[in-house]
Amino acid sequence: MTKSELIERMSDSQDHLSPRDVELAVRMILERMTTTLANNRRIEIRGFGSFSLHYRAPRLGRNPKTGTAVELSGKHVPYFKPGKELRDRVNTS
Amino acid sequence: MGALTKADIAEMLFDELGLNKREAKEIVEKFYGEIGAALEKNDNVKLSGFGNFELRDKSSRPGRNPKTGEEIPIAARRVVTFKPGQKLKSRVENYAGTE
Repeated sequence: MTKSELIERMSDSQDHLSPRDVELAVRMILERMTTTLANNRRIEIRGFGSFSLHYRAPRLGRNPKTGTAVELSGKHVPYFKPGKELRDRVNTS
Repeated sequence: MGALTKADIAEMLFDELGLNKREAKEIVEKFYGEIGAALEKNDNVKLSGFGNFELRDKSSRPGRNPKTGEEIPIAARRVVTFKPGQKLKSRVENYAGTE
């Protein structure tokens, strides 16, 4: 399912909002989730799961083309932990 | 500040998009509900700019009760993983604050 299919399905199952409003809402939700994580604030969606940042320590990497070592600085990466309800839902099919 | 919740997101849609409170709450429920429904049907979800929710089938493996040391097999299962998109990764990567 792509973002546009998600917007379609959300619009189909309710009739008081236009697909355009739904599209705008989806865009705002994703933007809000992104800025939340960019500020290292957690997201907790009951029944779905939680998002947080995990820290990756600095390490010595390699340029795959030349093989020379490059220092990679530490960084944060987004992490998603599915909630119990979602875990159970996908695991029964 | 505490974690961002469905209530916070609904409030944003109420404040910034002019939806009424009931509509705002419904849209938030549908957003996560439809993603969950697709995953339940073994359909990966691709949200460009944000990331992909992917399903992975794990085969069974031997496990152990960490308290008692007793061996218990872990059954085969399907799990959800999240692969952040390039845009999300680059926006969080440079977070410079402390843990």
